Amino acid sequence: MTWFLDHWDEVITLARQHAVLAALPLAVGFLLALPLGWAARRWRTAYPILVTASGLLYTIPSLALFVLLPLVLGTRILDPLNVVVAMTIYTVALLVRTVADALGAVPEGVRSAAVALGYRAPRRFMTVELPLAVPVLVAGLRVAAVSNVSIVSVASLIGVTQLGDLLTDGYNRAIGGELITGILACLVLALLFDVTLQGLGRLLTPWVRVEQARGRPVTKGAAA
Amino acid sequence: MIERIWAWLIASSSWVGPDGIGARLGEHVLFSVVVVAAAIVVGVPLGLWIGHLGRGRWLIAAANAARAVPTLGLLFALALWVGPHIPGRWAFVVPSLVALLLLAIPPVLAGTYAGVEAIDPAVRDAARAMGMSPLRVIRQVELPNAMPLVLSGVRSAMLQVVATATIAAYVGLGGLGRFLVDGLASGNYPMTAGGAILVAALALVIDAVLALAQRLLVPAGLREGGRERIASGRHTGNPATAGDPTVSPAR
Amino acid sequence: MSRRVPRRIVLAAVVGASLGLAACSGGGDPLASGSTSGGGGAIVVGSADFSESVVLAEIYAGALRAKGVSASTKTNIGSREVYLRALQDGSVQVVPEYTGALALYYDPKFAETDPDKVYAALPGLLPKTLTVLSKSAAEDKDSIVVTSATAASLGAATLSQVGSKAGGLVLGAPPEFKSRAQGIPGLASTYGITFKDFVPLKGQALVQALVNGQVQAANVFTTDPAIAVNGFVTITDDKHLFGSQNVVPLVAGDRADQMRSALDAVSAKLTTEGLTALLKSTDVDKKDPKAVAAEWLKAQGLG
Repeated sequence: MTWFLDHWDEVITLARQHAVLAALPLAVGFLLALPLGWAARRWRTAYPILVTASGLLYTIPSLALFVLLPLVLGTRILDPLNVVVAMTIYTVALLVRTVADALGAVPEGVRSAAVALGYRAPRRFMTVELPLAVPVLVAGLRVAAVSNVSIVSVASLIGVTQLGDLLTDGYNRAIGGELITGILACLVLALLFDVTLQGLGRLLTPWVRVEQARGRPVTKGAAA
Repeated sequence: MIERIWAWLIASSSWVGPDGIGARLGEHVLFSVVVVAAAIVVGVPLGLWIGHLGRGRWLIAAANAARAVPTLGLLFALALWVGPHIPGRWAFVVPSLVALLLLAIPPVLAGTYAGVEAIDPAVRDAARAMGMSPLRVIRQVELPNAMPLVLSGVRSAMLQVVATATIAAYVGLGGLGRFLVDGLASGNYPMTAGGAILVAALALVIDAVLALAQRLLVPAGLREGGRERIASGRHTGNPATAGDPTVSPAR
Repeated sequence: MSRRVPRRIVLAAVVGASLGLAACSGGGDPLASGSTSGGGGAIVVGSADFSESVVLAEIYAGALRAKGVSASTKTNIGSREVYLRALQDGSVQVVPEYTGALALYYDPKFAETDPDKVYAALPGLLPKTLTVLSKSAAEDKDSIVVTSATAASLGAATLSQVGSKAGGLVLGAPPEFKSRAQGIPGLASTYGITFKDFVPLKGQALVQALVNGQVQAANVFTTDPAIAVNGFVTITDDKHLFGSQNVVPLVAGDRADQMRSALDAVSAKLTTEGLTALLKSTDVDKKDPKAVAAEWLKAQGLG
C-alpha cells in the first residue's frame, strides 16, 4: 500500500499505456471480426474455415507471437506495434466465432419480418441483426478485454512499457509492494474494461430493460 | 533471416544435449501434462460436486474472476515468495508449476460445472427414478453428459499452461521458453524466433491431440447434441472462443 | 446480389493483405539495426536491465537536463546484446557502459586489462557511428561470488585455484552469461572451470538463490551491495578474465558534442564506492532510481 501511495503517478501513467495497448486492439479487432463473422454466417463453407483458423491463431502463446511479429511486420523488437498487432490477432481470433454465433442467434422470425418489410441485406444487418446481436457481442468483447489486459503485461519481457513493468521490476528488485501493486492495477483495469463494456451493452439495448420492466421474457442472445 | 532461423531449427547441434531442443521439448511437454493432469484431479471432482449439489457456486464465480489475474504477476509472486522456501533445483520448478496449476484449475472446474449444469433436469430425474444412487448418477449420467464441456475445459487449460510455461523461463523454469528468454538476452534472434515457432507448433499439436481425444471420449449419443449446441452458439468444443464457459467471466 | 460482390472483394483484400504482410517479411534481424541516428533534438538515455545501469541512466539524463539539454530515459531495455542495437538504430542516443565488456563485445579476442589501454583501444573497436566520452574512475566488474561456507569448503581464493573443484557447484547468472565470451565459455577456457549446472537468474532472485543454497556460486557485479550485506566471498579473478570495467558513456557519434560537457562532469565525480552507495539505495533500501540519481546529482553539485 505504501508503495502504491509513493508511486501512484507512475502507476497511472503505466495504466494509461496499458489501457491503450489493450483497448486499441480490442476496437480494431472487433471491427475486423465483424465482416469476418458475417462472412462465416453468410457462407456455410466459410464458417469452419474461419472458426478453425481463428482457433489456431489463439493457440499461439503470447510471448512467441510478440517475438515472431517483427519478422512478419519488419518492425524492431522494442516497437509497441508488435504488441498492438498481436493483441489485435487475439481479439479477432476470439471474436470471429462470437460474431458469427451472435448473428446466428437472431431469431429467424425477426429476420423474415425484416425481409418482408423490404429491408435489404446491408440495412437489415445494420438496423436489425447487429442490434439484436449486441448482448452476445458484448459478452464476447468482455472476454476479449479481460484476456487482453492480462496478456499485455507479458510485453514487459520484450521491453514494451506498461503495467507489466511493475511486475518485472518488483520481481527483479524483490519489492513485494510493487509486484502486488502491479497485479492489483491489472485487475482493476480489467474490471474497468468489463464494467465499461457492460454499461455500453446496456446503453445499446434499451429494449431489454423495457421488456424486463413489462415482465416479458427477454429475447435473449443464445449465449446470454 | 528466415534461412538463419531455419538453419537453427534443423542444426543437429540445436537438438542435442541437456539444453537442446529435444530436452527442452520433453521438459515442456512433461510440465504441461503433469500440471493439467493435476488440474483434472482437482477440478473435475470439484466441478461435479458443485454441479451435482448446486452448492458452492461462488467457487465457480471466483474461478472465473481469477482469470483476470495477470499470469506474469502470479508467476513472479510465487517465485518471489514460495521459491526461497524450497531447497535445491526444485526452487526454480515448483513455484512455476504451482502457478501453472492455479491457472489450469479454473477452466477445468468451470467447464465441468457448466457441463453438469447444462444437463436437462429430466435426464437426472430419470436416473434417480431408476433408483440410481447419487454416486452412480454422478458417474454414469452426469459425467458422461458433461464430457464435451469437461474436455473443452481441459483443452483451454492446456493452452493456457503451454503458453505460460513459456513465460516461466523468465523465473528459471526449463522448457522451450528458455530459447525465447535466453535468445532475447544474448541477442540471438534465430534462437528466439526458432523457440517461438517450436512453442507455437507444440501448442497446435497438443490442441489437435486433445481435439481428437475429445472426439473419442465423448459418448456417441452426445455427439449430435454437442454439435447442435455448438451451432446454437451456447457452448463450443473449441476452447478459443467466447462461447466457451471456461473462458467467459460473465455468467 | 449486387452488394455481395464488393464484400467478397473486401474479404479477399483483407485476407490477401495479411498474407502479403506475411510474405514480404523483411529479411532483416529484428534485434539488429539500421543506422539511423538523427541529429539535434532531445536525447533518450537508455539502460540495461539491472539497477546500476538504470540509476546511471537517470544520472546522465539529470545531468543533461541541468545543462539545458532536453533528455528522457528508456530504462530496462535488456542485456548489452539488445541495448547496443537500440543505440545503433537510434532508439536511444546514449547508454552507460563498461570499458572492458564493451571492447570484448566488439572484439571477442580482446585481452588488454590495463584500464587506460582498454579505454584507448575503444575508438578503434566501436562501430563508426558510436563513440565514448571520458571514462570515470568508477569500476564495476563481473565477479563470481560464493557464500562464506562454500568458500571455506572450497578452500580456494582465486578462480585458478577453483579450477576443477567447480564440478560440484551450480552457477546462477543472467541468461546471457551462458554464451558470452566473458561468461561460461571464458571461465572454461581461461580457468578450466566447468560448473555442474547453470541456472539463468538475475537481480534479487539470484541473490536469494545463493543465500538459500539453491545455487552455490553466482555471477554478480563487484559493486553489488548484496555482497557485503550477505557476507558473500568474491573469488579473485587472478587472470583478469573480467578485464577493466570503468563506467563510460557510450554515445551516438553525431550527438557526442551535445552531451560531452554534462556527461564528462558526471564521469569526473563517479567512484567505485559512490556506485556501491547508489546501488545500496536502490537495491537494499528500495528507493527509486530517479530519486537516488537526483540526490546524487545534487550532492555532487551537478543537479
